[in-house]
Amino acid sequence: MNFLARHRIILPVVSLAVLLAATFWMQPRAMSYFGLNLLFNLAVPIALATIAQMMIIMVNDIDLSLGAFVSLAACVTATFLNDAPVVGLLILLALILSYAALGAVIHALELPAIVVTLGMSFVWGGLALFILPSPGGASPDWLRTLMTVKPPFAPMAVVAAVIIAAVTHLLIIRSGIGTVLRGVGGNARSVARAGWSVIRLKALAYALAGLFGVLAGMALVGLTTSADANIALRYTLLSIAGVILGGGEFTGGKVSPTGAVIGALTLTLAASFLSFMRLSPDWQIGAQGAILILVLTARLIFRQKGAA
Amino acid sequence: MSLLSKPWLWSWVAAAVAFSLTLGLTSGRGAGELAYAALSFGAFAAIVGLGQMLVITLGPGNVDLSIPATMTLSATLALKAMGSDPNTAMLGLVIALAVGLGAGLANYALIFLLRLPPIIATLAASLVYQSLAIWSNRGLRIKPPEGLADFSTGRFLGLPNVAWVGLVLAIVVWVVLERSVWGRWLLATGQDLRVARLAGVPVELVRATTYTSVAVFASLAGYLLASFSGGAALNMGQEYLLMSIAVVVIGGTSIAGGYSNVPGVWGAALFMFLVVSMLNSYGAGAGVRNVLTGTIIIAIVIAASTRRART
Repeated sequence: MNFLARHRIILPVVSLAVLLAATFWMQPRAMSYFGLNLLFNLAVPIALATIAQMMIIMVNDIDLSLGAFVSLAACVTATFLNDAPVVGLLILLALILSYAALGAVIHALELPAIVVTLGMSFVWGGLALFILPSPGGASPDWLRTLMTVKPPFAPMAVVAAVIIAAVTHLLIIRSGIGTVLRGVGGNARSVARAGWSVIRLKALAYALAGLFGVLAGMALVGLTTSADANIALRYTLLSIAGVILGGGEFTGGKVSPTGAVIGALTLTLAASFLSFMRLSPDWQIGAQGAILILVLTARLIFRQKGAA
Repeated sequence: MSLLSKPWLWSWVAAAVAFSLTLGLTSGRGAGELAYAALSFGAFAAIVGLGQMLVITLGPGNVDLSIPATMTLSATLALKAMGSDPNTAMLGLVIALAVGLGAGLANYALIFLLRLPPIIATLAASLVYQSLAIWSNRGLRIKPPEGLADFSTGRFLGLPNVAWVGLVLAIVVWVVLERSVWGRWLLATGQDLRVARLAGVPVELVRATTYTSVAVFASLAGYLLASFSGGAALNMGQEYLLMSIAVVVIGGTSIAGGYSNVPGVWGAALFMFLVVSMLNSYGAGAGVRNVLTGTIIIAIVIAASTRRART
């Protein structure tokens, strides 16, 4: 194994650094506390959603319902959690448990996760519409305060990203259970032979995804102060892209929580960067796609060297 | 027993149940109209579903997420070129299919040259296609030429013309899969890529032609849909992303690849339309409708998997 293949984290770090340098070069005023806060403001919910997606990809599945799920969590936060905190918390807890059940069912019946989550995306979306037929609701005050807090030295979004990365790194890479969970993605059969219950592990991975999905929805409401049923639909694809940008693989349990958070930051920054470029709005989405392709092309260097 | 073990049967049964439940409410009135509408709208889902089926047959991880963007882009460019002039329908069709061809080749280039996972490659490419469509559309709503609009909303021998297009396409795909060398190559590749390559199947050629076909199918669907609904809109393809995957899986094609199922795609396409109209006629709101649609999709997948386990 050579250096680059062993340190896959270099790719997301370098791409974020390059993009950040380019942004500062074009708009030097962004190089400040408030500038950074504006640049990365929306990164917190995206980073949490990316971590959620990573939990699913870690066990070799893929979640096409994440965007709808985050929207639903946001709708619950903006209505129940604000009006009746206890009921709201119970609903959010039930959502996490239903994710765990989903993981267990997918494993027990050997269902294709891509299709089950596809079906679930309709269910989550329908429930969200049911709770909040038209955009509205309000953010609980404590959540609003938490999301707009101004810590010293670095803006809230950056601090939060570091905390998320550190916590998930400890949980997934450092802890014993995290290693076993990654083992499910690597070789489920050998994990089972070693005496673990794979169905419980899968349920745990899905429950963690549900937890981070709920957190993403709450963070989003804290920032936007209201919700609607379609608020986070694009998170499904963003989160998948974030995991891959961060050096994760679709199979084999090869994931990197730190990389995933950095991938999410890169995706958020790409959007801000393009608006600084004064690019015509027509081309902004396309340029985002181009940046995505460009960064992923860099993976080739890691791949080929690793194979050689 | 041999009939019961056909994977395509279940989507047709489900479609028939949804059909009769809807009619149960009206005590049989409007059966013809409902069937006609299901065939018209189902045709678009069936055409993109057939393309998605070919890609999914390639094996795990193969799925085309750029279908909506390809549909929108080809429809936009085709309608722009035709500019509502009569007798330009052929020109529009050629342009739409050429756009599809280009998009398919571009997708495959990303997958092959950059070694990207197909999900990410088609996702990133779809953002670029979407931008191209936004740039060339600019909010204009160009009407399709009259003859073309008449064709796409018209009927022949009692069936909608778009359904005929979908049916012919389905038969062609079926024959190609079952009878041609290319079809056998595709199935072999989907069952085991390594084994197929070692057996001398030109695996990369198969992948290239598959990704090109799905984009061409999507562009055809986009062209017909824009003519059918009186113009191209930027969000016209949106619902076909999930729809294309759903009809393939409900239709009994294996998500693990290597086994396709053409009749099931049509059954599932009809079912997806009928279930929505059934829930509508029972007065379900948008929220309830979505929840039930999702539950039904999952129930069908579970039913299909337990049936497979028993045999």
